[in-house]
Amino acid sequence: MYFAKELLDKSSKMRQQWEDEVKKSVAKHADLKEDWSTVSSLPINRLYGPEDIKDMNFEEDIAYPGQFPYIRGNQVSGYRGRHWTYRMFSGFGTARDTNTRWHELLAAGQTGLSTAFDFPTLMGYDSDDPKARGECGKCGVAIDTLEDFLVLVDGIPMDKITTSMTINPPATILWAMYCAAAEIKGVPLDRIGGTIQNDMLKEFIAQKTLMCPPEPSVKLISDTVEFGTKHVPRWNTISISGYHIREAGSTAVQELAFTLRDGMEYVEDVMKRKGLDIDEFAPRLSFFFNSHIDFFETIAMMRAARRIWAKAMRDRYNAKDERSWWMRFHTQTAGCSLTAQQPFNNVVRTAIEALAAVLGGTQSLHTNSLDEVWCLPTDFAVQIALRTQQVIAEETGVINTIDPLAGSYFVEALTNEMEEQAWDYVHKIDDMGGMVGAIDKGFPQMELADAAYTFQQQIDSAEKIMVGVNKYVIDEKAEIPLLDIEDRIEKEQIARLNEVKRKRDGKAAKKSLDDIKNACKTGENVMPHCIEAVKNLCSVQEICDVYREVYGVFRDPAMY
Amino acid sequence: MAKRKLRIMVAKPGLDGHDRGARVLARCFRDAGYETIYTGCHQTPEEIAAAAVQEDVDCLGLSCMSGAHRYLFPATVEKLRELGADDIQVIGGGIIPDADYQVLYDAGLKGVFVPGITLDDIIKWINENIVPNMKD
Repeated sequence: MYFAKELLDKSSKMRQQWEDEVKKSVAKHADLKEDWSTVSSLPINRLYGPEDIKDMNFEEDIAYPGQFPYIRGNQVSGYRGRHWTYRMFSGFGTARDTNTRWHELLAAGQTGLSTAFDFPTLMGYDSDDPKARGECGKCGVAIDTLEDFLVLVDGIPMDKITTSMTINPPATILWAMYCAAAEIKGVPLDRIGGTIQNDMLKEFIAQKTLMCPPEPSVKLISDTVEFGTKHVPRWNTISISGYHIREAGSTAVQELAFTLRDGMEYVEDVMKRKGLDIDEFAPRLSFFFNSHIDFFETIAMMRAARRIWAKAMRDRYNAKDERSWWMRFHTQTAGCSLTAQQPFNNVVRTAIEALAAVLGGTQSLHTNSLDEVWCLPTDFAVQIALRTQQVIAEETGVINTIDPLAGSYFVEALTNEMEEQAWDYVHKIDDMGGMVGAIDKGFPQMELADAAYTFQQQIDSAEKIMVGVNKYVIDEKAEIPLLDIEDRIEKEQIARLNEVKRKRDGKAAKKSLDDIKNACKTGENVMPHCIEAVKNLCSVQEICDVYREVYGVFRDPAMY
Repeated sequence: MAKRKLRIMVAKPGLDGHDRGARVLARCFRDAGYETIYTGCHQTPEEIAAAAVQEDVDCLGLSCMSGAHRYLFPATVEKLRELGADDIQVIGGGIIPDADYQVLYDAGLKGVFVPGITLDDIIKWINENIVPNMKD
């Protein structure tokens, strides 16, 4: 029991008195509305007290920073020794355009890089494929071959700066390019650090960057985990992502549950397929969450995530190394909470969401820019977003003490409740044969479709409020400058690709592709072959076409 | 000939997988009583036009979030014309800057819908503007 019996007796009497007073008060002045719930429709009480957390066990459920279950943070010293990493996601146009933006961001005080690729790259097509028409360089940087990649990292100290790459089906290839670029620049693989997102399960559930079916997709991911464990020890080979699940419409509990269950699926596959011991690779697994506008729900979700993972790793997978129990995560503020209407209000939303992420204990953070609801951000908008993080770190005082919300009756009760609901989902998915089985049945996809539809109806009926959308609406339009990606980029990129293909050693390229095909067929790790292939200037699509040929193509089952 | 239910197809041209809006709309159309077909993500303009003809729809709703609508929407309308299906009325939505509306109307779209519009308003617009074609 978390509190002494004497205190609870006293407290429950006093609570009864308070409840009686509330009844009288509400009879006179009715509440503003009937439904008080989070943005995910999780009901919230008017008040929380000792009774709501009386069953907690201090040693197993709370403890101290750096102690199991790490709900108060992995690091013993909190943010005093080191702020979270300011990691703004960026990428547009050509590799040179993005490289220029990266140097500007580093000069402005950003401490890590994060790459957005364009849709053709994300989907494993080159800039000259008919499917790429109109998309080149639009939503991120276009990368076709290692030649582009070398321009992307030009002047970036790869032994000092960590780089995150949001890449999924072609993750093996883009990571191979990073490794090859480091080698060319004389930086050994054990000195480079960063993250590839490389989380295909959430693609089937939410983001739909699809290429091959789930089973071989998970195999490729296990290849990267094995290769990283053996050769690139500072690299996070997966960023198990809830962000996109939330953006696609899930509730906070669904984000928490599906993300952690995805993580468990990868853990199980690596142990089974690669025969690695859990403690050899688990310390390099990383996560990625969404910091949504419901302040306490976000914080509780992040605290619950750390505790669930610690328990799962210790008890479900028998990890012994404390670092395997840690959940380390990146956070991005919620794109789907931003509004096209009155876009300057987005600065306020993002600031609140960033604060929640910090109080939730994130290791790194991307803050959205006010114009991201419309397009890739302009320099001006990115600077405000970065400064938002710096104001939180340097001015507000919230980092003075670690996990300041611990012990709050409300925050602890909400954390417990979200953990409990998440475990229910985890067990349900276990019963479906794991996440691949659940995806085959369409379970997480339909849970999201239901939640997204419900939320849209709540907005349409003004049951949930979005300022400027269904309340405080004004006619006038804010004129904000938008970043326009010129169509010329497509032509330039195609010309570049043709030039690379003309000048490369065609035989060596062909042999590399054959080697990858053989590896795919025999089940051998593809990574060493991918590094060889990108050095021989094979393109992203050429390698992905091999994957598609051997493993088959997965089509969106179009569930709604 | 009896008036039949409106047949509508929701389609996602291009490579972006941001299908939250498309899926919400598909369900909304189904609940509104339309015969609804959803193509799923990653369709080419050719595939969408062929599917719309095959399914004999009255209305085709395109969704794009990647900024590629300036190419993808007109290309889909063009493919429908090539198939002799210009009676299928095309509408579109997504992240579409004001400056692009006219480009899309000029290309033959009947309606353009952007963030902030309610599901009810979309249904109302369709009921007022799309007439089930009677050719069958």
